[in-house]
Amino acid sequence: MRDFAAQVQDIAAQYPDSRSAVLPALRLAQARHDGWLPPEAFVEVAEALELTPAYCQAVASFYDMYHLAPTGKHFIEVCTNLSCALARAQDVVDAFESELGVTVGETTEDGEITFRAVECLNACGYAPVVAIDHRYRLHTSPEDVAAIVEELRAGS
Amino acid sequence: MPARSMLLAGIEEHDLATVEGYRAVGGYEALPKARAMAPDDLIAELQASNLRGRGGAGFPMGRKASLIDRKSGRPTYLVVNGDESEPGAFKDREVMAKAPQRLIEGCLISAHAIESTHVFIYIRGEYLTEYEILQAAVDEARAAGLFDPVEITVHRGAGAYICGEETALLDSLEGRRGQPRPRPPFPPVQGLYGAPTQINNVCTIASVPEIIAMGAAEWAKIGAESSPGTAIFSISGNIVKPGNYELELGTPMRELIYDWAGGIPDGRALKGVIPGGSSVPILTPDEIDVPLDYDSIGALGSFFGSASLIVVDDRCCMVQLALRAAKFYMHESCGKCTPCREGTRWQVQLLEKIEAGDATLADLDLLESVGSRILGKSLCALGDFAVYPVQSYMRKYPDEFRAHVDRGGCPFGGQSSIEGIVAPSDQHTHSPVAEVPA
Repeated sequence: MRDFAAQVQDIAAQYPDSRSAVLPALRLAQARHDGWLPPEAFVEVAEALELTPAYCQAVASFYDMYHLAPTGKHFIEVCTNLSCALARAQDVVDAFESELGVTVGETTEDGEITFRAVECLNACGYAPVVAIDHRYRLHTSPEDVAAIVEELRAGS
Repeated sequence: MPARSMLLAGIEEHDLATVEGYRAVGGYEALPKARAMAPDDLIAELQASNLRGRGGAGFPMGRKASLIDRKSGRPTYLVVNGDESEPGAFKDREVMAKAPQRLIEGCLISAHAIESTHVFIYIRGEYLTEYEILQAAVDEARAAGLFDPVEITVHRGAGAYICGEETALLDSLEGRRGQPRPRPPFPPVQGLYGAPTQINNVCTIASVPEIIAMGAAEWAKIGAESSPGTAIFSISGNIVKPGNYELELGTPMRELIYDWAGGIPDGRALKGVIPGGSSVPILTPDEIDVPLDYDSIGALGSFFGSASLIVVDDRCCMVQLALRAAKFYMHESCGKCTPCREGTRWQVQLLEKIEAGDATLADLDLLESVGSRILGKSLCALGDFAVYPVQSYMRKYPDEFRAHVDRGGCPFGGQSSIEGIVAPSDQHTHSPVAEVPA
C-alpha cells in the first residue's frame, strides 16, 4: 500500500498540481486490481492524492478506459466507426461473437476475454482495426479471428 | 503536385525516434538557432510563416503565441494536443510513432517563443505503443541534454473524444472529468492551472523546426498562399490505397483520391467524400475539384478539419452512415451542455426511426429542427460536429432520406455496405452525469 502511494506521489511530482496525477493513478490502481476499479481502489487513489474517493470515482466514470465492474483478463476491441464500418468491421465483430460465444460488451464464461466494440481507434487507413490487449492489429479479417483467439488463450 | 515530405521526412531511411537518427536528417539544428533568437523575434518569425493550426480550426500558430501574456507573473505552458480522436484521422499517430524527435524539437522551439519551461504532450490513452515510443524519445532527448531549461511531460488520456477539445483537454490534464470550459477567458490568458497556455496540435508543433531551419519566408512559399506548408492527409474508407500522404496544401482533392490513393475500388462509383474527419459536412462527387486547403474547402461550406478524408462509394446507405456518426457523437457528448447532451440523443432516435421505416415526413423536419437547436448553442463544437454530418447528408442526399419514409424502410434492403454495424453505445454508455457513491 505504501508502495502504491509512493508511486503515485512520484507521478504527482511531475506536475505543478498533484491533482493532475489522478488519471495516471487510476490507471495504476486498475492494473493492481485485476483490470478494474473496485471501491477500495478509489480510497487508495484518494488517500495518495489527498482527494475524496467520490471525486476519484466521478473522474473514472467519465473515461472509457477505466472499468467500474470486473472485466476479463484480456480485451478484444473492434473499431466500428465509419472507416472500419466501410471496411466491413461488422463481419469481424460477427466472427468474434461466434468464436467467443459472447455478444459485444460481454466477457467469456471462463472470465478470460472481454469483447467490445469501440469508437474510432484512429488507424482508419488500416481498417478494420482490432485492439488486442490495447495493441493494434491492422487489416483484420474474419478469417484471422480464430487464430487471434487461440493465440490469446495460449498466452494467458 | 509532387509529394513533399517535411513532417515525415527521413522516416524511411532513419529512426527518428532516436536523437542520432534525427540528427542524421538535420534534426536539432533549428533548436540552437531558435534559442539564439529573442522570444519576440521568434514569434514574429512564426507569424511570418503563417503556419495554421493543423488540429482543425486553422488558427495561425504564431498569432496564438503572440497572445500569450508572458509578463503575468505566472508560468506559461505549452500543451501539445495528441488526443487524436476524430474518426478518419491518423496523422498525429504517425508523427508521434515515426518522427517523435521532430515533435520534441518543435516543442522546445515553441516553448522558447512563449518563455515556457514546462511542456505537456497529451496523448490519447488508446495510443499505447505510440506512447511508449514517444516517452522513450522524450527520455533520450532529455538525457542528451537538449531540454535545459525545459521539461516535457507526456500525459496519457483515458478514452474520451472530447478531450481533443482544447479546454476539455486542460481539465483532463488537471485531473478532472474532461469537460469544456466557458470562453472567455481563452487559454492564452487563463489556461492550464489558470496560467497563460498555448495549445497546438501535434502536426502544428512538428512543423516548427523546418520553418526555423529554412526561414519563414521560404517556408511560406510552399503550399497554398493562404495556407502554406504541407499536411499529412489521412485517407480511408472505400479507396484503393488508404493511408497517410504528406502533400503540399493546395493539392487538388481529385489528385489525392485518384492519383495518390488509387481511386475507388471494385469499379464502384464515388458517392461522397468527408473531407476533414467525420464531423464535417460531406462533399458530393461534383465538388472534389477543390484545392486541399482551409479556405477552398471552407468556401464549399465544409471544413479542412484534421485533413482526414473518408471516401464513401455508392453501396453505402446515407441514413445508416448518419446514424453511425450520430451515435458516435452521442456517445462522446460530455453531458455538460443540455442542447448537445439531449440533442445528440434525439438525433439518434429520429435516425433510428427513419432507418426502421417508421418515420413520417414530419420526422425529417423534426430532425432538421433538432439540429438547428444544437448548432452554436453549447460551450464547444462537439454539438455542431454531431449536426454537420447528419444535416449535410440530409441536404445532399435528400432522395435517400425521403425514400426511407416513402418505402417504409431502407431502400438498400439489407445490401448497404455498412448494414448492421454496431456502435459502442449499443452495448454500453459512459455516464453523462457523474456517478458518485450513494
